[in-house]
Amino acid sequence: MDLAQQQNPLVSMEPDQLERTPPVDLDLTENIYRSPRERFIAFLLGACAIISILTTLAIAAILVYETARFFTDVSLTEFFTETRWTPQFLEKHFGIWPLVTGTLLITIIAAVVAIPLGLASAIYISEYAPSRLRTWLKPGLELLAGVPTVVYGYFALTFVTPILQGIVPGLNIYNALSAGIVVGIMIIPMVASLSEDALRAVPRSMAEGAYALGATKIEVTLRILVPGALSGIIASFILAISRAVGETMIVTLAAGSTPVLTLDPRASVQTMTAYIVQISMGDVAQGTVVYQSIFAVAMLLFLMTLAMNLAATALIRRFQERY
Amino acid sequence: MQTTETSFQSPDFSERLQSRHRLGLILGTIFFLATLFSIIVLVTLIVDILVSGLPWLDWDFLTSYPSRRPQAAGIKSAIVGSLWMMVLTALIAVPVGIASAVYLEEYAPRNRFFHLVQVNIANLAGVPSVIYGILGLAFFVRYLSLGRSLLAGALTMGLLILPVIIISTQEALRSVPQGIRESAYALGATRSQVIWSHLLPIAAPGILTGVILSLSRAIGETAPLIMIGALSFVAFLPGSVLDEFTVLPIQIFDWTARPQADFRSLAAGAIIVLMIILMIMNLTAILLRNYFEKYRPR
Repeated sequence: MDLAQQQNPLVSMEPDQLERTPPVDLDLTENIYRSPRERFIAFLLGACAIISILTTLAIAAILVYETARFFTDVSLTEFFTETRWTPQFLEKHFGIWPLVTGTLLITIIAAVVAIPLGLASAIYISEYAPSRLRTWLKPGLELLAGVPTVVYGYFALTFVTPILQGIVPGLNIYNALSAGIVVGIMIIPMVASLSEDALRAVPRSMAEGAYALGATKIEVTLRILVPGALSGIIASFILAISRAVGETMIVTLAAGSTPVLTLDPRASVQTMTAYIVQISMGDVAQGTVVYQSIFAVAMLLFLMTLAMNLAATALIRRFQERY
Repeated sequence: MQTTETSFQSPDFSERLQSRHRLGLILGTIFFLATLFSIIVLVTLIVDILVSGLPWLDWDFLTSYPSRRPQAAGIKSAIVGSLWMMVLTALIAVPVGIASAVYLEEYAPRNRFFHLVQVNIANLAGVPSVIYGILGLAFFVRYLSLGRSLLAGALTMGLLILPVIIISTQEALRSVPQGIRESAYALGATRSQVIWSHLLPIAAPGILTGVILSLSRAIGETAPLIMIGALSFVAFLPGSVLDEFTVLPIQIFDWTARPQADFRSLAAGAIIVLMIILMIMNLTAILLRNYFEKYRPR
């Protein structure tokens, strides 16, 4: 009995509480670790963990189902070879290319802005910045990452576009350039923080070895640290580009809604995400081909971002194994 | 090898230290300017919004419903909608997210299924928010017939932030020293007792930070709620979770998309309110983290 009380597993109780607890008649043959209560808790927690799997399955099922119905009305050949996207006209054409080039154009402009600036910031923060400045710069970049995308959309349309119109002749009010630049600004923090993590993961001894051989700081940075962290840095580029492809509000507000096949950054374009939002804002009846078309576009978007995310994950894993 | 040594020792050899250091200085300055660029953009953005939005920001703006006349328009329904949305999303996503993370870290055997779940969660975190909107539209709004309700919006948003909560909670649990688990088990605690009385309290700062940051993402998110059909002109307050609603980002989107300059200034005013709410949430996260860190057993 005395022994049973000492093995009382109520570890979370305060000492005075323990004293007040009446002596319990513990049955030591009972396995408390596999009691129905413990099993129920494990089951409940496991059920919650399944929800994330169900989410993926639900997304996949909905996209596949509606996309399949879309392709009973529109042939795959038309989808991938037609160059006009006019679902809301009387004469409907469903060629995906205008939306794809619109998305690509924005993404390329964003990458041109974000990759050099993000990588340079990562190098500065991890190698050059004095530690006191770093404690200010990192939260500053996090703030930039925390700005809601609709705010960036406002910024692109009401601030960046008017300035660019003074510089670039023939710039449309809604244009790919302004939206692309602001999407680029939005993903800078992502490139910077992931690249910085990669740079910091390179063993310090490698840098010290290079210093010992007489290399200068910039030589150590560019020839030892950056190549050493390369797979992590490239993974950060891919993840950021995937974010740019999936970005919605900035392009909806600032890039316009005209799906045309062009690579002219001054023109108004429509991205895949902006099309999805445009159609869902109007009241489109369920079961029509226009309603189903947003699922087909979403399917393509999902596959593109999924491929990029998987590639980045694989790169990061390889890079973690190396050190 | 031979050639390096001769050239190193030859009288013509020069380490060109001056030009190498000059190159370093130039590139270092460029790196600094690149970092400065982001900070300047952030400051510009904030100043631009304050300049256009502040003149519109008064008590009437906060307590009026949207209107066709900019002078009479306000964001009462949007603020209330955003708060509803935040509370409901938290109620849905936080328990499920923490429970998933606890299961994955403390219960799940490290088998292939475990790795599948991990990869799946990492990928869900990278799915564009507009795709969650599609899921919400097809499943919650249409299939479950929840309509354009707060509940449909909160369920969609909950799924959206679930991966973020799971990942940050897992990291927080992983940082709890193994010795704490072992000593609790040694005293005869069951698994659920170890989790409830030791792991969760010790991991609380990390978990809370992750929860608050993910909720601040939810409160700024626009696209999924547009997808499920949140309205931009709501002249009433939602009375139940099945009512239609609007939120701040949708109101901002609607006003920004209008061509009139007055409505864009209204959008700036609403952005100020949204950013203040976000700032309060982020500050709370930082303060909570510091508070718990002080009393954290090591």
